[in-house]
Amino acid sequence: MTLLGVAIVIFVVLHVLPGDQVTASLGVNAGLLTPDQHAALERYYGIGQPLPEQFASWLGSLLTGNLGVSVIGRQPVIALVATALPVTLELALAAIALGLLWGIGLGVLSASRPRGLRDGVGQVVAVAGLGIPSFVIGTGMVGLLASAFSYFPNSQGYVSFPTDPLLNLQQILLPALALSLGIGAAVMRTTRASLLEVTGQHFVRTARGKGLSGSAVLWRHVFPNALLPILTISGIQFGYLLGGTVIVEQIFVLPGLGRLLLEGVGNRDYALVQSITMLFAAGFILVNLLVDLLYTYADPRVRLR
Amino acid sequence: MRRLTRTVNGRVGLAILTLLVTASLAAAAGLLPHLPAVQHPDQALQAPSGEYWLGTDQYGRDLFSRVLVGLQLSLRISVVAVLISTLVGAMAGIGAGFVRGWLEAIVLRGTDILFAVPSILLALAIVTALGHGWLNSAIAVGIVYVPIFVRVVRGPVLAMREADFILAGRGLGFSTWRLLLGHVLPNVSGILIVQVTLALAWAFLTEASLSFLGLGPPAPAASLGKMVSDATSLAATAWWTLAGPAVAIVMAVIGLNLLGDALRDAFDPSTGT
Repeated sequence: MTLLGVAIVIFVVLHVLPGDQVTASLGVNAGLLTPDQHAALERYYGIGQPLPEQFASWLGSLLTGNLGVSVIGRQPVIALVATALPVTLELALAAIALGLLWGIGLGVLSASRPRGLRDGVGQVVAVAGLGIPSFVIGTGMVGLLASAFSYFPNSQGYVSFPTDPLLNLQQILLPALALSLGIGAAVMRTTRASLLEVTGQHFVRTARGKGLSGSAVLWRHVFPNALLPILTISGIQFGYLLGGTVIVEQIFVLPGLGRLLLEGVGNRDYALVQSITMLFAAGFILVNLLVDLLYTYADPRVRLR
Repeated sequence: MRRLTRTVNGRVGLAILTLLVTASLAAAAGLLPHLPAVQHPDQALQAPSGEYWLGTDQYGRDLFSRVLVGLQLSLRISVVAVLISTLVGAMAGIGAGFVRGWLEAIVLRGTDILFAVPSILLALAIVTALGHGWLNSAIAVGIVYVPIFVRVVRGPVLAMREADFILAGRGLGFSTWRLLLGHVLPNVSGILIVQVTLALAWAFLTEASLSFLGLGPPAPAASLGKMVSDATSLAATAWWTLAGPAVAIVMAVIGLNLLGDALRDAFDPSTGT
């Protein structure tokens, strides 16, 4: 239902754009076409009909898996998306993994000594992580590495993981690190706040009173109880992460969905832009559904009815 | 105000913002060491010096002046954008929470839909549809952050609907408008102020990202995101082309975030960080 709404919004936004595929693919030469030729091309692209009909036919073919043909090289959109999707997926997963890793790690460290030195350092890192946009850090990384170490693994074009695992990981690591900044900082702050809240409760004092070691109290009693807010914020941050891939792929020249999308926007490639935006929205909804399902594992009190 | 300056976050955030706003006001008043758009090809890519505080770019333009002008532009876009999202979002949220019924159903469904599209993608689509320009950027960014205001306002309004002072107002025969403007709105203003500050930080970030992707205000205007993307190929040899605009962006976003956190703590002591 929400996806249908997204489809309508994207469709409407894109179709109030001035210009159409005919002018986009032929440029100035479109003015030389006879009205007959113009009409023929409009029929070819399926843009001669009124908007509701265009929408219905697009939606119909979307549901049957036909995403249309892209203006770029006349390739089917599904083929373009299929080659770009693994890149973005790898990037997003690596960024989430990194973000959760350092976010939770730093959050636990910070919460272990509130107002101490490590807490101070952790807080500063989190504020910096929230404040430094991924495109600034990405541009900085590229500039610094290229000038100081003449190292830029992404200069020779993207290499997929099966072809050369080592080079592929080098190419993904830096962009994933740049992307993980926002999600990691948010996760860190939530982890810290949530841990501190749970630590103040009575059952934790009881666990300590039983003589359990500090780490046993933390990982068996405190952490599982602090997990829910961390899951929630991760799900929300995933949306920002998806948007961030557009920017980071651009900086690190990765041929993922984000780059494809920007290309599509530049070329007025409706079929491409609509498909990719729908894919991003679907991914976001799916991940948040997954988060809801994970709640039941994190907290047995949450029951799906 | 005193509670605001009591925390380190609040003091630092306030200090950074005062500095940046003063600087951008100075830029708006034309108090700049150099003209931001004038090119001096013989002075291209100069390192920072007494003459050029932040160095010059590849056309020999003074980066300090350009950063100030860009800052002023970005702040203006963010403020207008957040104004749009606050007005639209707060109205929709209050309406949905107070009037309920079909209005609430439509508003909530709408926010769900807008939430599902990553913010930068939505802004990107809207800007391409409207065309480039500072006002269009502001509208695009503004629309993107409407749903957050709706959600933030609707909850408390929903709870307030059955509160005694509202029931008393109803009993006295106050009109719905009088209740909304005179009694509901003042009670959500605290939440709104906090949200406005945080939204300013996001809006600033989104605007910078848009212009980084080349979808900001068109060429002669100096915009911070565009300056960062121009510096991509130059940063290896001339670090200052990246440093100036990057530091300005980071300072603005961090300043607004800190201020937002401090305001939240000041208005709601229960969420102490």
